[in-house]
Amino acid sequence: MQRRVFLKSGAMALVTMGLSPSFLRRTVMGMSLPKAARGKTLICLFQRGAADALNVVVPFGEQAYYTARPQLAVAAPTRAAAGTGAIDLDGFFGLHPALSPFKPLYDRGVLVPVHAVGSPSATRSHFDAQDYMESATPDLKGTRSGWLNRYLATKGTCEAGCDAHASPFRAVSMTQQTPRILDGDAPVVAMNSLQEFSIRSSGGDAAARLEALYRTGKADVVHGSGSDVFEAMKMLRSANPLQYRPVTGANYPRSAFGQRLQQIAQLIKSDVGLEVAFADVGGWDTHVNQGGAQGQLAQRLGDFSQSVAALVTDLGDRMDDVVILTMSEFGRTVRQNGTSGTDHGHAGAMFVLGGNLGARQRVLGTWPGLEREQLYEGRDLALTTDFRAVFSEVTSRHLGGNALGDVFPGYEARPDAWLGLLPSA
Amino acid sequence: MPDIRPLARSGPTARRIAIVAVAALITSVASSAQAQSAMSPVAGREQTADQQVHHALNRLAFGARPGDVERVRAMGVDAWIEQQLHPERITDTATEQWLTRFPTLTMSGSQFMAQYPPPGQLQRQLAMQQRGGGKVPGGTVPRGTVPGSSVAISPADSVRLRDARRATARASSELAVARTGRAVMSERQLQEVMVDFWANHFNVFAGKPQTRYYIAEYEREAIRPNALGSFRALLGAVAKSPAMLTYLDQWQSVADSGRQTLASVRQARAARMRAASANRPRGINENYARELMELHTLGVDGGYTQQDVMEVARALTGWTLSRGAGQGGSFVFRPDVHDAGAKRILGQTFPAGRGQDDGERVLDLLAAHASTAHFIATKLVRHFVSDEPPAALVDRATVVFTKTKGDIREVMRTIITSDEFFATDAYRAKVKTPFELVVSASRALGGLADPTPATAQLIARMGQPIYGRSTPDGYPDTADEWINTGAILNRMNFGLAVGANRLPGARLNQWETARTLRTEPAEVQVDGLVRALLGGDVSADTRAILLSGENPLLARAPTGSDSIFRADPDAETNDMKRMNGFPKLVGLAIGAPEFQRR
Repeated sequence: MQRRVFLKSGAMALVTMGLSPSFLRRTVMGMSLPKAARGKTLICLFQRGAADALNVVVPFGEQAYYTARPQLAVAAPTRAAAGTGAIDLDGFFGLHPALSPFKPLYDRGVLVPVHAVGSPSATRSHFDAQDYMESATPDLKGTRSGWLNRYLATKGTCEAGCDAHASPFRAVSMTQQTPRILDGDAPVVAMNSLQEFSIRSSGGDAAARLEALYRTGKADVVHGSGSDVFEAMKMLRSANPLQYRPVTGANYPRSAFGQRLQQIAQLIKSDVGLEVAFADVGGWDTHVNQGGAQGQLAQRLGDFSQSVAALVTDLGDRMDDVVILTMSEFGRTVRQNGTSGTDHGHAGAMFVLGGNLGARQRVLGTWPGLEREQLYEGRDLALTTDFRAVFSEVTSRHLGGNALGDVFPGYEARPDAWLGLLPSA
Repeated sequence: MPDIRPLARSGPTARRIAIVAVAALITSVASSAQAQSAMSPVAGREQTADQQVHHALNRLAFGARPGDVERVRAMGVDAWIEQQLHPERITDTATEQWLTRFPTLTMSGSQFMAQYPPPGQLQRQLAMQQRGGGKVPGGTVPRGTVPGSSVAISPADSVRLRDARRATARASSELAVARTGRAVMSERQLQEVMVDFWANHFNVFAGKPQTRYYIAEYEREAIRPNALGSFRALLGAVAKSPAMLTYLDQWQSVADSGRQTLASVRQARAARMRAASANRPRGINENYARELMELHTLGVDGGYTQQDVMEVARALTGWTLSRGAGQGGSFVFRPDVHDAGAKRILGQTFPAGRGQDDGERVLDLLAAHASTAHFIATKLVRHFVSDEPPAALVDRATVVFTKTKGDIREVMRTIITSDEFFATDAYRAKVKTPFELVVSASRALGGLADPTPATAQLIARMGQPIYGRSTPDGYPDTADEWINTGAILNRMNFGLAVGANRLPGARLNQWETARTLRTEPAEVQVDGLVRALLGGDVSADTRAILLSGENPLLARAPTGSDSIFRADPDAETNDMKRMNGFPKLVGLAIGAPEFQRR
């Protein structure tokens, strides 16, 4: 509808401007709006700075946990006042009390934690480990692209034989710049907010004239992308971001992270063809004064879980077609350090959320234990699940990606190594 | 293979080629280039004399400032090129004066780090002090109970921390601010273009904490002095720079255990113990060795094997820092971690026990390798001529690279005086990077270098933070990599922001062209702007759209009036409002497709 309106008024404008008929023809030809079928969406959320997995999904059944962390440990559910101890999941693991919004999701089978998961690389550098998690090629610096982009680039954009180009919002990163995980050949839109995706002028006809400038001239990449911009803005306008209201009960925090997740929900609910979304949140590098049930880490976890839970509530039934995957570059030392914090460790924890998961009310992965001889290099949680097992299962079973060898080079994605996060058929 | 020189096929062209060859010979002699008449066209160049001037200013400088076109035209394009090839002969006092405001530019990495310690380090120091001061109960907290807040940071310390963070952030931005400012104002424009090229070719990442403090030193001592010099010298300076040593982990690469080093068994064991206690990986790290060949010299198809990567890594063991990366330090060769055994690299035997010479010889071998000459020539031609580098020009540049043993100035002269450089196909064939776009807009408006981080941040927001590319390949250099929906929208908004007077240092009311055009009728304004910003050369459509003014029908088009297009109340000052629609025209011209190209 919007398109017709533009076509009509645009064409008239051109006639009055005395522009060449070829311009008019191109304008008409160029109007095919991308088809945006309602498909699957994967949302990846990166906790930058190495979240302390042992205080996120708390192994309260491990005596060694309490020995190693006299000041930081979260008490077992039965040994603390309500709201200050771990939230029991299965009698051994519990959620940090600040993750209480996750408990009902766990009970409903919408959220599954994965423990002792991460990169097989030995690096304890944030930079390197984030790089490896996003390239999905541990210990290989030379990989140019991120695995999410390789998925996009290797999977055909149109399932049902459509001839139109993919939606401009197929891959969206709610970040200032395109993150490493989305670097690569497939087009990606990175933006801080939906409001940013607009022509910013003080009214008047600047946008219309820019559109005309890009719709005329030779058919090259600059003009083509310029024309796409206006198509994309029309799509967004139908989403009407300024008037969006989340559903009742979806209480996004006012934090930047919460607001970004709300905008991801908007895009999904507007059917603009969003297939892969990304957002990140910092503040996890808790070397000093990490806190226990309360404190620094608890605050981060509160914002994190409220934001994610609001997103799930907001998406409602659409969660059936959505998987949310949280990740952090590595875990932290089992022992607390000299400044009431923890240092860089090894394996970590992830959360997988979806309306159609293959596992319910379980903590997935293999628990390696926290006794000294069970630790990685005598100090860190050992790794029992390669992050690529999780990534490849989600890529294959949720998104339907089939070029797993291209998406995860040097890694043999084997269904028997998968955790059963998603139903196999 | 792109069809690059259609003229070189038919009969009459043969004569032309002969003339070109002579012309090339002449221009290759520095002194005679200046003697060439400013007005006489060089045969074989397809671009008109005017196009050549604009083209040279767009490629060998970051666009024209007001008056540049006239200056270059008067002096002659070839004489101007020759001058730019010798930055040391160009006085640049104003830029040098401007740079003195940035103290970190002249610091070593160690000085930088000492003066602006990383906030995390400071925070830990403060916390340790407090712990030592007895604020924290020494005993253990009963197991399973919830501890209270343990170490509290005092309000005074919070202020110290905040101030330290700010100082570090400001200091860390200086290099990007200086790079941007230099590109805007320096008279040595080709030198700045070359610095941009080489800093990207030998990319390092400021987001890596161990690397960040060394980058000012890196640009100052490795990149700048060699940007138009010897490739081997450049390669060597980069190899020994703490920035590259830390960025690609070379400083941590030590002989695998069991390998003979150049130290006694006891010393070697002690060295390995040190490495172990510092929690470093023990053994060789191939990162630098691989990128040295793949990205810095031979190119990915340059004819090396995984075995070569490992052997080069062995040869380079011991190339490290005098202190740990976190403590500041400089290049040092450590015999006790150097793998002393014999190696075989690219078919050549490296005898045992040569120590640091192993690495030097690797660099010699790589710098002189035919694949390197071709790889570097290709990248330069791609940057300066076209996304699809004309093969004949690449070949000639490769020959010059080899003959001159990697004299970058001579290779550049071959490229930027070539017919391919001045071909019609090459005109506006390159898409500007965000850095080039922002800097060229500032220059076009006669802008001053911005001493605040605002302009550099603008470039970062458009996707090209300076020293902010995390991967060693550097930013891409082709249009398809820079242009997509989001990027082009940013560019349109950038143009409108410039028109709305929001590019720091480039105020419309201080721009001479604006002062003369603002009261003129629309036709004169448009033609004046097309001349000043778009090289006087746009399509009839573009001109018509710029001219169309407040077309009532266009104004009613849905794109222009929708609620998602936020109004910017601060955008137009009263002064600008008196400018008769002129600011918007500037915005449209800079947001237009033509201005995205160089």
